Amino acid sequence: MNTMTTTTPETATTVLDASGVTMRFGGLTAVRNVDLSVKAGEIVGLIGPNGAGKTTFFNCLTGLYVPTEGKVSYKGTVLPPKPHLVTQAGIARTFQNIRLFANMTVLENVLVGRHTRTKEGLWSALLRGPGFKKAEAASHARAMELLEFIGLQDKADHLARNLPYGDQRKLEIARALASDPGLLLLDEPTAGMNPQETRVTEELIFAIRDMGIAVLVIEHDMRFIFNLCDRVACLVQGEKLVEGTPSVVQADERVVAAYLGTPFEGAPGADEVAEVEAAEAHSTTRTEGETQ
Amino acid sequence: MTTSTHQTTPVLAIPTPVARAATAAGAALTLGSTFLAWTWTSEFPGDLTVTGYPGGLQVLTLIGAALTLLLTLSGYGIKGLRWLTPGGSNSPVRLAALGALGTMGFTVGAISVELGGVVNLEPGAWIGLVGAIITVAASLGLPHDQNITDTTEPTALERFLNSLRAPTPGRPKELPSWAEILIIVAAFGIGLFVATYGIDTAYPELFVGYLIITGFAVTALFKAGLMARLSALTTKYRSIAVAAAFVAAAVFPFTQNTDQYTLIAVNILIFATVALGLNIVVGLAGLLDLGYVAFLGVGAYTAALVSGTTASAFGVQFPFWASVLTGAAVSLVFGVVIGAPTLRLRGDYLAIVTLGFGEIFRIAVGNLDGVSGPRVTNGPNGVPNIPDLNFFGYNFGESHTILGFELGAYANYYLLMLLAMILVVLVFSRAGSSRIGRAWVAIREDETAATAMGINGFRVKLIAFALGATLAGIAGTVQAHVQSTVVPEMYVFAGPVPPNSAFLLAAVILGGMGTISGPLIGAALLYMIPAKLQFLSDYQLLGFGLALILLMRFRPEGLIANRRAKLEYHETDQLDVPDETLAGTTSGTTKAGA
Ligand SMILES: Nc1ncnc2c1ncn2[C@@H]1O[C@H](COP(=O)(O)OP(=O)(O)OP(=O)(O)O)[C@@H](O)[C@H]1O
Ligand SMILES: [Mg+2]
Repeated sequence: MNTMTTTTPETATTVLDASGVTMRFGGLTAVRNVDLSVKAGEIVGLIGPNGAGKTTFFNCLTGLYVPTEGKVSYKGTVLPPKPHLVTQAGIARTFQNIRLFANMTVLENVLVGRHTRTKEGLWSALLRGPGFKKAEAASHARAMELLEFIGLQDKADHLARNLPYGDQRKLEIARALASDPGLLLLDEPTAGMNPQETRVTEELIFAIRDMGIAVLVIEHDMRFIFNLCDRVACLVQGEKLVEGTPSVVQADERVVAAYLGTPFEGAPGADEVAEVEAAEAHSTTRTEGETQ
Repeated sequence: MTTSTHQTTPVLAIPTPVARAATAAGAALTLGSTFLAWTWTSEFPGDLTVTGYPGGLQVLTLIGAALTLLLTLSGYGIKGLRWLTPGGSNSPVRLAALGALGTMGFTVGAISVELGGVVNLEPGAWIGLVGAIITVAASLGLPHDQNITDTTEPTALERFLNSLRAPTPGRPKELPSWAEILIIVAAFGIGLFVATYGIDTAYPELFVGYLIITGFAVTALFKAGLMARLSALTTKYRSIAVAAAFVAAAVFPFTQNTDQYTLIAVNILIFATVALGLNIVVGLAGLLDLGYVAFLGVGAYTAALVSGTTASAFGVQFPFWASVLTGAAVSLVFGVVIGAPTLRLRGDYLAIVTLGFGEIFRIAVGNLDGVSGPRVTNGPNGVPNIPDLNFFGYNFGESHTILGFELGAYANYYLLMLLAMILVVLVFSRAGSSRIGRAWVAIREDETAATAMGINGFRVKLIAFALGATLAGIAGTVQAHVQSTVVPEMYVFAGPVPPNSAFLLAAVILGGMGTISGPLIGAALLYMIPAKLQFLSDYQLLGFGLALILLMRFRPEGLIANRRAKLEYHETDQLDVPDETLAGTTSGTTKAGA
């Protein structure tokens, strides 16, 4: 499948380039040989039925999992599989199950997001020189700016755990933005939201894109995805089935079939089968029972 | 002033005016009785036989009764007393009344048991007891301070517990700042007096009475909203409050005539300082360290070996500043050596490794005696004869007269240890409210999310662990000189004498994780209770365990709650709280990032 090169403009620089990412858990291959690239200024969607491996793919990108095979590069440099280094490099993320620092305040959550962009260590904290005060003030200002951006500036002193659900999702985005990323990974940012909140989130993501941050977003809400994204990739059982503009993906009957639960074996075209076999041939020594 | 709160059915159905009057009368009766004789013989400690002025436990009862009376009068809305109860007046009255009854009842019980029968009670004691019972009963007829919006019919116990709840007070009237500062100073003066009284209690009965009355009185003042006012003031004048606290602490040795209680105070300071250091590791970074006392031992042994004592294997005598630095450095090295391999792992490995390290340290220094191993530490005999410190001719081992006050040897060490504690407090508060402190808390809250936010978990945890070790090491260097002997058995995992690892952890948890004052209060209580109640020795650990269980059930955030914990455990007045939303996410770390 060479969709990548055919559907996106060549002009923009590539922010994220994942190639041949494979993740196996024992006998289960959750992600199989997935290639995906995101260019500057793009919003890319990642869809797929439950258990398709979308979150696992995110975890491979952000270093929470060490991919069994494949490599991930950000703006041309290969990323080490260490989450803090990935964030340092410029990729920030949110989580499908909200993972805020529940007992820290809203403001503190965002300040933690600033961690990689500030330097003050223990000594500077103990000695409290002018540099420390300046850096703290700058971090506070930036954090408040981000809270204003998502509209939570009035709740800066609340505990994160006491926020309503929708606000928690927004706060996760603000916390991720605090690390000044070049690429933002959103794992189901509208899960559990009502249609109105979803609309707001959509606007928010557009605004983030306009700030010059590329976005890769996982979502089950198709209307949301097709509205939002410049390009959509569909994962099914760990493999990338199709990738293209929303209209192309929307029209693809394999995607529809995958969501409706038609057995996978019947769906893929011959080229994919060949691709899978080729990948398998030179990547594994033993043929794992492909259970799913 | 109950005008702003809803009136709910009180626990006992007594008309409010009657209840209030009876409470005041009962309290006055108890108060009066403390001037009478309670028993006929001075065999019971404290001399309660004198008519005319109160003594010993009578004083404590008097304080309880007087507080009850004052709060009740404040409930009448008497001008000049209303500032006592900005929150609610009825629940504090109930608590103060319970405190008075507690001390009164305890005294009566103690006299009867120790002297063999109630015949040993004089009428005065009966009057006081009846007064105290009337006070409590009548106070239960006072209305609730806070309306509980509960549709189910509450049980009697629930009604009683609800009757002790009080709303948070509103904003206070602005006072001129000199007045506010004066209030802070007065509060710390009272604090010093209360603490000194506790340390100076001469016999166990008095200490038990002290615990009862301070426990109830402090809670009553919390419910009255006075403590909230005070903490608002200390936040406003933070540096003044901190200075006042340390000045109050520094005044303590000047109030003492003998070294007897100063020694207790020094030991409390050592224990509290180490507990505060542990609080960085446990309370902020969330690392369970079960062998923390070993770092104290490392510092103490290092200082002992370079102190110039003849028992040392090294014939060197470092000046004190150098031995502090050496002790800190050696502890730091041990902290890094223990932490580096284990902090990469998640979960309970650290607890197990530190537990092991604590024991290994104790056994190792016990074996480096020239028989089982090289002669370094003299084995079980330890390093004795550690010389007293000498700063520019100021010998810590001798008494000095300063400002007309005689300061004994332990007073010198007390002041030195206070400096060490100030250092640890400073480190704790500065590190805690900085980028690194936020990273610690983030790691404690959710390590996966923290690393995904760019925090190098291993590095940050190692800093916390090593910092904790270093601070304990510094405390250890002072401890070696205070004790003048270090032996391996001072550094056990659990034992009857604090500090040991279990008690250190208990002080942190009991006092309140992540706070500064919590571990200090926790350590003071955990040191004083065993020291003052030696007759309990066999039951001490049992009681300790029971107390911890009760605490975890009723006040999981510890005696002193930090802002976070308060919101975490008691979110009563927060609207639309989605309680479950985050409950599962912080614990489910197996599926990283899922
Ligand atoms: N740590 C792990 N160990 C073993 N199996 C895992 C692990 N993480 C994910 N899996 C498996 O990998 C598969 C893909 O899971 P993943 O969470 O990536 O799906 P998803 O596409 O995000 O689904 P959803 O839309 O429900 O979020 C699932 O079968 C899951 O059980
Ligand atoms: Mg998922």
